[in-house]
Amino acid sequence: MRIRPGLWCSAAFVAVLVAMAAFPALFTAADPDAADLQATFAPPGGAHWLGTDENGRDLYARIVHGARPSLLIGIGAVALALLGGVAVGVASARLGRLADQVISRSLEIVLSVPWLLLVFLVVAALGPGSGPAVIGLAITSLPGFARVARAETIRLRAAPFVEAARGFGWSGAQVVLRHVLPNTLGPVLALATVSLGAMIVASSSLSFVGLGPQPPTAEWGAMLASSRQTLSVAWWPAVFPGVAITLAVLAVTALGRELHGRVEGRSA
Amino acid sequence: MAGILKTVPAGAEAPAGTGRIARLAAVRLAGSLAVLWGAVTVTFLVVRAAPGGTADVLLARSTVSPEIRAQLIAEYRLDDPLPTQYLTYLGRLARGDLGDSYALRRPVADVIGAQLPDTLVLIAATLALTVAGAILLAVAGARRRPWMRAVFGSAESLMAALPPFWLGLILLSVFSFTLHWFPAIGDSSPRGLFLPALALAAGPVAVVAQVLREGMLRALEEPFVLTARTRGISEAAVRFRHVLRHGLTPAVPLLGWITGSLIGGAVIVEIVFSRQGVGRLVLSAVQNKDLPLVTAVVLLAAVVFVVVNILVDVLNWLIDPRTREAT
Repeated sequence: MRIRPGLWCSAAFVAVLVAMAAFPALFTAADPDAADLQATFAPPGGAHWLGTDENGRDLYARIVHGARPSLLIGIGAVALALLGGVAVGVASARLGRLADQVISRSLEIVLSVPWLLLVFLVVAALGPGSGPAVIGLAITSLPGFARVARAETIRLRAAPFVEAARGFGWSGAQVVLRHVLPNTLGPVLALATVSLGAMIVASSSLSFVGLGPQPPTAEWGAMLASSRQTLSVAWWPAVFPGVAITLAVLAVTALGRELHGRVEGRSA
Repeated sequence: MAGILKTVPAGAEAPAGTGRIARLAAVRLAGSLAVLWGAVTVTFLVVRAAPGGTADVLLARSTVSPEIRAQLIAEYRLDDPLPTQYLTYLGRLARGDLGDSYALRRPVADVIGAQLPDTLVLIAATLALTVAGAILLAVAGARRRPWMRAVFGSAESLMAALPPFWLGLILLSVFSFTLHWFPAIGDSSPRGLFLPALALAAGPVAVVAQVLREGMLRALEEPFVLTARTRGISEAAVRFRHVLRHGLTPAVPLLGWITGSLIGGAVIVEIVFSRQGVGRLVLSAVQNKDLPLVTAVVLLAAVVFVVVNILVDVLNWLIDPRTREAT
């Protein structure tokens, strides 16, 4: 088993992000919402490592405190999509041909609409906020999980240990709970990690257009949105939150690909 | 593209070929209509299931007397049973009537039609940039030396991870505000098109180039490459005339999927660059809870997705003779 240095950097960065989201006070003593109108648009360096924004708020503190809202929507959406997708996928594989057909066609409908418009539809129906954003993003990534869970369930149907369990007189539900679900876990978790990268970009895009957490909250996408108004004055508020998003996506995606590679290697 | 397609060894069997293309398209069309009908049904249910009901949404900004409310309900036929409403909705859609925007009080079709050309131009420019960029990157990067592959691979991973809206901000900051090479924002001229298309194309270029190059590297191992080289043709000719076509087979469906998703991406980029277009229209519709307008854009995107997918099948049929056996 070869361990690449890039992978260790990714794992370390993800660990730092999780720590930032859980305990932001460990990383900065500054208040992310403290305005200082004497120090608006202070360039990076000195008292403010990454400079200040249009209200004189410290950008480093805002990025640290922004980790939690920025990551939570993505994690919530992936968790919801995983639960729903696995349920739908297993049902599709076990409830007979008609159910399979209906479910597969329905998933195709979801896939035929660009994710952003689908989320817009949910937000337009339920109103803006983090909850509808999570639901909308979960719906857009549910088909992927359903497909993986369905394929794994069908593959396991012919596995010797599943036949043996049935030979012992286990019910269908028991077989699903004890054998099918634990075995789908690997591929599904690998997909979840890869999807998390996409969900971080997606949720920051939503905040950028004003449909995520509302302004005073430090959130990476929302910070970039307000920096757009002052782009001709200062570049730093438009750069550092984006660096945070990009690094988070790169690190999470690298971990997901590694996980995916190992799961593939195991089942092949 | 035409140069690549011209080498298809069809010739004499062309008439039978066009007949089979028509059949392929017809089969795919039937399946696609089912998907569209499903999308229509789902949007109908979402609109009806929205909290507060349609009458409340219509009256969102005003408190009115019960008489006016009743008049509104009668006008929009909101007291009909749900199945009747559904059939009426289907009938209106079939006649091309998408309803009126709640907020703008104008037919949705007119409102979208006015904004559509700007968005289509942006999507077309992005696609052109994606195809050109991905082919160049893949042809240049299809080398067997591991370190070169690692360089191209890392660059592409980075491009794919960049959020398009942030890339747009950076491009604006560097090329418009610092270097003044391009107009800043809200410009609809061809010069103003380049930066938005670049921001939107970066991710797709990386993904398509990866797939294209994998296919090309596989094809470079094939015996026909050796045959071509022994004929003494140049390395560039080997890559562009022989190997590229093999790489295109998996890349074309991907490009189809990307075209569909660009409608979503265009929304964000139009907002970054303050461009006119469907994106800004649909965002303000979401903020106003203007469901007829939002559902119309969703349905439009689904139609584009379906049409593009049929085109992809036909295109693959033309590029790869092996797929014709199946139809």
